[in-house]
Amino acid sequence: MTTASGHVVTPKMIGERIKRREDPRLIQGLATYVDDIKLPGMLHLAFKRSDYAHGRIVSIDTSAAAAMPGVELVMTGADMVKILPPMPIGTPFPSPDHHAITPDIVRYVGEPVAVVVATDRYLARDAADAIVVTIDPLPAVIDTEKAMTGQPALVHEAFANNLAVPYVPGGSGIDAATGSIDNSTVDAAFAQAEVIISQRMLNQRLAPTPIEPRGVVAHYEPGKDFLTIWSATQNPHIVRSFIAALMGMGQNQVRAIAPEVGGGFGCKINIYGEDYVAAAITKKLGRPVKWIEDRSEAFMTTIHGRDILAYVDLAAKRDGTVLGLKIKLIADIGAYNMILTAAIPTLTMLMLNGTYNIPAIRAELTEVFTNKMPTDAYRGAGRPEGTYFVERAMDMLARELGMDPAEVKRKNFIQPAQFPFATQMGAVYDSGNYERALDLGLKNAKWNELKAERDRAKKEGRLVGIGLSFYVEVCGLGPSASLPTGGWEHASVTIERDGKITATTGASPHGQGNETTFSQMLADQFGVPMADILILHGDTGVVKQGIGTFGSRSQAVGGTVLALAGGKVKTKMAKFAAALMGPEMEANPEALVFEGGKIFVEGNPASAKTFAEVAGYAYVPVPLPVGMEPGLSDEAFWEPENNTYPFGCHICMVEVDRDTGELTLKKFVAIDDCGTIINPLIVEGQVHGGLAQGIGQAMIEEVVYDEDGQLITGSFMDYAMPRATDFPRFELDKTVTPTPVNPLGAKGVGEAGTLGSTPAIVAATVDALSEFGVKHIDMMLRPEKLWNIIHGGQS
Amino acid sequence: MANVPVSITVNGKKRTAEVEPRLLLAHFLRESLGLTGTHVGCDTSQCGACTVLLDGKSAKSCTVFAAQADGSEITTIEGLAPEGGLHPLQQGFWDEHGLQCGYCTPGMILSAVNLLNENPDPSEDEIRAGICGNFCRCTGYQHIVNAIQNAAGQRG
Repeated sequence: MTTASGHVVTPKMIGERIKRREDPRLIQGLATYVDDIKLPGMLHLAFKRSDYAHGRIVSIDTSAAAAMPGVELVMTGADMVKILPPMPIGTPFPSPDHHAITPDIVRYVGEPVAVVVATDRYLARDAADAIVVTIDPLPAVIDTEKAMTGQPALVHEAFANNLAVPYVPGGSGIDAATGSIDNSTVDAAFAQAEVIISQRMLNQRLAPTPIEPRGVVAHYEPGKDFLTIWSATQNPHIVRSFIAALMGMGQNQVRAIAPEVGGGFGCKINIYGEDYVAAAITKKLGRPVKWIEDRSEAFMTTIHGRDILAYVDLAAKRDGTVLGLKIKLIADIGAYNMILTAAIPTLTMLMLNGTYNIPAIRAELTEVFTNKMPTDAYRGAGRPEGTYFVERAMDMLARELGMDPAEVKRKNFIQPAQFPFATQMGAVYDSGNYERALDLGLKNAKWNELKAERDRAKKEGRLVGIGLSFYVEVCGLGPSASLPTGGWEHASVTIERDGKITATTGASPHGQGNETTFSQMLADQFGVPMADILILHGDTGVVKQGIGTFGSRSQAVGGTVLALAGGKVKTKMAKFAAALMGPEMEANPEALVFEGGKIFVEGNPASAKTFAEVAGYAYVPVPLPVGMEPGLSDEAFWEPENNTYPFGCHICMVEVDRDTGELTLKKFVAIDDCGTIINPLIVEGQVHGGLAQGIGQAMIEEVVYDEDGQLITGSFMDYAMPRATDFPRFELDKTVTPTPVNPLGAKGVGEAGTLGSTPAIVAATVDALSEFGVKHIDMMLRPEKLWNIIHGGQS
Repeated sequence: MANVPVSITVNGKKRTAEVEPRLLLAHFLRESLGLTGTHVGCDTSQCGACTVLLDGKSAKSCTVFAAQADGSEITTIEGLAPEGGLHPLQQGFWDEHGLQCGYCTPGMILSAVNLLNENPDPSEDEIRAGICGNFCRCTGYQHIVNAIQNAAGQRG
């Protein structure tokens, strides 16, 4: 479009539903994922893994494997500990030694006990299968609460009663300085209670399952003493730090590259044993090596999510006013600490205030070792658990009081004027207008009509129920004080000599579309077409510094720092532009307009210089303006002062088949408020994906170990991944409450869908089965469980 | 076991090779021919990331031995559209944001090709049923349904 003055105006890109720039390579099969990388002389790794959940290695016979043609090397854990120290973690919690390949005791099914290096992937697998391992089994520690009594065994000798983290208190009356705990507020709240809801709830163990499994290619060049590692990771800079540290190399001797990454959902934050082994072996042999996880390995050995048990007591008055909350959290973290394992349940604690004015809260957290795969961040990472426990209790309260759950929530909401709101749990919520989102949800879902529809269906004998949940989450992580990896992000912006723009971001995406949203931002900032902008990411050799993509931080933190880096370059470019215009234009650099590929004095078309002209001048500055350096490139680091706190309201309707117990999701309405939106199309995609994972958790997903610690859900045959037929069309809408924490106003949205969906579905299912007197049902809501409630009166 | 000769037409080009009898078609395409657009997401024929067209019908190439495909015609994502162009389904996935990480996408698109070949004007339920052999962990499927509707000319 053109303005009256004749200038071409670049349409504003921020806020537009722009198609993604990433897609052409992805829809044509032209992208390069880690398994697509082939290097000359590359060798392949395969791991021999434990078949036992717990046991002592008696012997490992590698002779047959080592003798196979094409096998270059076989190493056991005992060999590997000589060149590889125990793996580091990213939290300050006490942690037992965790070796990439265990040298003595196996602690979960799938734990590596040996590695084979061969010239071909099939050969490597054959050779690994030819290794004979003898293990003297020990009792498997599987039942979480039994484990807390030290029974039937200790997973780690040094951790009495299997307590990884024995006791972390949280909530009201805790003196941060002295650690003293004053229970008087909480006790008083419960003393006044007219009704108390008490419930044990399990937020079950899940498998993250990105469709691309984990994978690594590592290449050490002895002549340069330099290691390059390609990893399916969410955070290449953290990979670089951790690999360098364990290899005894400088961070300037390691380059980590995240090529195209096929989904992460938190499980690709970690640096795993296989990554360290690949680095150690390429360093030992001086040849490139590759390891690609197969799906069976993924179920056994990629981190699991959730698995937090809660004992919840909620005190209230009969009018629905909440007085206090007591909650005991027991996290089953599996066999070891991984990078953020121990920290995840602390996020559950942090969010226990929910969206409510709960005046007194006592929370207690215990983390327990068991003979299972370690847990760590899975989409939502601690917050869905907290939301679930609080929302379930709130829904049970409404049911107990015979009140509409929407009205109980409304009665207790934190009010807009109370923000910033300091919670009992130590969070400071940035901004919110919860009632507005609730009202929009009720309107869009036609809540009263839904109730009537449910009642009609029930009269016909059908088991139909409706559920409503509200959530607040913590995103845009965060200040470094709350993130042990560092909570900042880095970006650089370079205007090339021809006026094209190259930017780098430390927020390494794996499906989030950062190339598109970041291009939209820079297009607006510089008034140039998106096509002239290149966003580079995922390579520590190209992106100087970075943290990565997790905790719904790409836009809020990575987007902000990009805008700041762009601002620095723009300021300088404006000075070059003013100089190029000549003194007769009397251009004030700070007031120049960047639009339509031109830079000009507002209202003065004759002043216009093209973007490319100014860029060219900056690199051949004759004359060089006084006090200026040539060139147009700058960078920024930025750290937010606080996290962001998006929120929303989810409403659904379900039906349970009376004869089979099968649960069907009939309707799902989601209102999400993630602050300012850069690209609504991408935000909708994020919400859809989060909903699918949350609904999957509620209805069909669960990692199950048997009493011997064998993984029952070891393939897609047994672990129910949601399919297209499992969902109705989601009905989305939004409110927009910008955050004051960053100049964009963006809060983050990647995990939102996993928070509101689980309590909404369980509430609806309990509602559907209310005639059987059921008050709560633990996820997942498999037909057998529901059938038993219908036909046996069991919950 | 001795290697076996195969002759497979892939994306219109006849390819001959001596392969291990156990070599999976997916690995033949990826490793022997360098067609890495076909992805492997599981070992159990569940996820559908490896879906290709085998004699015009969708097939999970991790569950077919290369030797079994001898004499057949294979279309992979790289060969779906004429060079430089996009197949209507590729265009639909782009237009409707039918992908995020992109890993399931080639297989999902080829399953959708099969679906629309068999049923050019499917209902939403038929679309959902038609792709339920393909997992996507990113999108919640809604934009994928939109993408297929777009390719079927059902969306403005």
